[in-house]
Amino acid sequence: MASLTAVDSHDHHAAPSGITRFLFSTNHKDIGTLYIILGSIGGVIGFLLSLGMRLELAQPGIQIFPALAQIMHGADADSALDAGKNLYNMFITVHGVLMIFFMAMPILIGGFGNWFVPILIGAPDMAFPRLNNISFWLLVASLLLAVCSMFVGGAPGLKGFAGGWTFYPPLSSNVGTPGPAMDFVILALHLAGASSILGAINFITTMFNMRTPGMGLMKMPLFCWSMLVTAFLLVLVLPVLAGCVTMLLTDRNFGTSFYDPAGGGDLLLFQHLLWFFGHPEVYIIILPAFGIISQVISTFSRKPVFGYHGMVYAMIAIAVIGSVVWAHHMYTVNLSLNAQRYFVLATMVVGVPTGIKIFSWIATMWGGSISFRAPMIWAIGFIFVFTMGGVTGIVLSNAGADKQFHEGYYVVAHFHYTLSLGAVFGIFAGFYYWFPKMTGYMYSERLADITFWLLFVGVNVVFFPQHFLGLAGQPRRYIDYPDAYALWNAVSSFGMIFVTAAMAAWIYSIVEAVRAKRPAGDNPWGEGANTLEWTLTSPPPFHQFLTPPAVPAE
Amino acid sequence: MQKSTFSRLVGAIGGSWIGLTLSCGAALAQVEGRPTPGGIGLPAMVTPVGLETQQFYNNILLPMITLIPIFVLGLLVYVMWRFNEKRNPVASKNHHNVPLEIVWTSIPCLILAGLAFPSLALLTHQVIVPEASVTIKVTGNQWYWKYEYPQDQGGGFAFEQRVKPDSELQAGDLRMLSVDNEAVVPVGEVVKVQVTSSDVIHAFGIPSFAVRMDAIPGRLNETWFKVEKAGIYYGECFFICGKDHAFMPIAIRAVSRPEYEKWLAEAKEKFASNGPARQVAAANQ
Repeated sequence: MASLTAVDSHDHHAAPSGITRFLFSTNHKDIGTLYIILGSIGGVIGFLLSLGMRLELAQPGIQIFPALAQIMHGADADSALDAGKNLYNMFITVHGVLMIFFMAMPILIGGFGNWFVPILIGAPDMAFPRLNNISFWLLVASLLLAVCSMFVGGAPGLKGFAGGWTFYPPLSSNVGTPGPAMDFVILALHLAGASSILGAINFITTMFNMRTPGMGLMKMPLFCWSMLVTAFLLVLVLPVLAGCVTMLLTDRNFGTSFYDPAGGGDLLLFQHLLWFFGHPEVYIIILPAFGIISQVISTFSRKPVFGYHGMVYAMIAIAVIGSVVWAHHMYTVNLSLNAQRYFVLATMVVGVPTGIKIFSWIATMWGGSISFRAPMIWAIGFIFVFTMGGVTGIVLSNAGADKQFHEGYYVVAHFHYTLSLGAVFGIFAGFYYWFPKMTGYMYSERLADITFWLLFVGVNVVFFPQHFLGLAGQPRRYIDYPDAYALWNAVSSFGMIFVTAAMAAWIYSIVEAVRAKRPAGDNPWGEGANTLEWTLTSPPPFHQFLTPPAVPAE
Repeated sequence: MQKSTFSRLVGAIGGSWIGLTLSCGAALAQVEGRPTPGGIGLPAMVTPVGLETQQFYNNILLPMITLIPIFVLGLLVYVMWRFNEKRNPVASKNHHNVPLEIVWTSIPCLILAGLAFPSLALLTHQVIVPEASVTIKVTGNQWYWKYEYPQDQGGGFAFEQRVKPDSELQAGDLRMLSVDNEAVVPVGEVVKVQVTSSDVIHAFGIPSFAVRMDAIPGRLNETWFKVEKAGIYYGECFFICGKDHAFMPIAIRAVSRPEYEKWLAEAKEKFASNGPARQVAAANQ
């Protein structure tokens, strides 16, 4: 690789401010901050939606959604019940869309990825700083379209799209949702997809071309590797989603029948395309979290990550295998026996590289000198809860058993354990790890601990009983349930008290840290923090590494 | 956080949670065909596939998914106790151990390989439809099920199955599960169910049978069950299909063969005005 020279020396004039700084930003740190703010807003709204749902489900019967529909959509008393049922299904839909596209991905990829990938490889910014800017603003436009969809016509006489974030036709075609709400959702997905594809191109180019001299690919921090693998997955599967969703748009508006059997089309085509994207999507969400966990565990064990090469290959294996297992979401559509057999075996295989990672993290801690600061508590919590989510995934991979669990609460429990507990714990680990670096302020360790325990207890009380409900036969996406399911629904809803308290504690801990202004210093974490961000000030300068830094020692 | 407090706390929470759930399970009696109030496990099964599913889950999957997180938790608790910075101020530099990596790669492979055999056996039993003496066509609609019993099997009628509104529930009825017209099948005989939809995707699911099959317009899916015990068995719609997705239950009543034939004759008369059911060209294809 050719030696790097400093590109230009415009660091001697002041950083832009105000609207210019954020609207027209070409700075990876500012754009990262914008993404984190967007993701936090998306997450808070997504959380409020789930709070509404769990309030409704706390008792058998329909208590709050008809009234909510009257307030939100002005439904009259006669149609309130129907409007309420539709609103509940819309809440589920928007909850999924927001949490995936407007919370997890923006925070992990757009937020932490943008902030720290360039710094960790010793680069001054991303390869395409202006492209980075449009990636962010495309996502804002996407969110606006998604929000608009909630207030325009959907199913006959009803508002919004209410068919789940997986939006299968015919419910999402003109048969089920003739109104424009679904078109708004499709266009929102187009923009979000474009945003991520452009971002992924940016990440790949940056990591391949702008590493500081001496940092071979196999010396790159594991967080960067997780982002690199994630970026490849995005570039591979988002175009498939785009195609899938465009065909739905043309079916709805231009008279095609890709998904209309009466016109020679096939509804399974949609499902295959959607899940060819949809399954890698969950790895897209979790891989950056894996990367954060590796950084955090290593820092607070004061040891390099155990088996670096194995960790890299495991992430690549998870991505590759994860790209060829999509139809385990389709075990009840009556695929051929051989197709189902293949998907069972392929899906089970993903457990092996995942297990390698879990054991490697534990082996990193083994022999280490562990300090239990907030990021480490979240990371250790992650290892345990993600293992729980992972083993229920093994259960679901068995097509035979899955017939009993498909579209029931066992599936809901599984993916919330891997996401609400897994990915979210990873996000919090990254948040507390990098908050001092990004803001220059040290958070209160006590408040961080309180937040952790409230959320840990809360999400376990919410989601563990849902395994019972799934086993006992409760279907998902139901506004109400037969009375026999009352006990564990009540327990699950009760857990939201802790989750709500945790959200409040988290918001308060940010406010407190910003008010108290305790200086974090360049490196609050000590000798275990040996990646490049800890050589910079907190917060870092507007431009860093205009001269490439030395590769950090192991 | 002190290491000992932390690990003790984790142990206490984990232990009490396990104790609570186990004791709840022990206290409950199950009635086939309906969800057990407060149930924590699979429903009582009344079909061979259901029993095989139950055995696979309870005897193989459940122990595995219980032991693995406990094992990982145990390792974590040990590591947090033994290697916290107070007990181990100097971290080791060791970050390689190839034999260990081989072990923790191959053992999961072996576990999964072991899982594959009962798993694929169960799948095969579900998917290969045996010779059936009764074939029923079920069509999902927004928001009710329609059953057609073919003429050449003593039927020749169709009827709709709707949830009983709360106002019409009687003693012994179950809210959200009881229906107006139950679908009747003979006990101990293979029943083939052909599932499709007239509008959006639904799914025909009966937990006590371990049956779940998507109802997809333009596609005729086939599944089967053999009910070993007479009784009434409830199911629900298992794919989001619009505002009343939660309000289109399924009710199947299994009776002896003579009672079944009696019901067929009565139903033919009762549902004559609904129009004919399609013929099944060769019921056992």
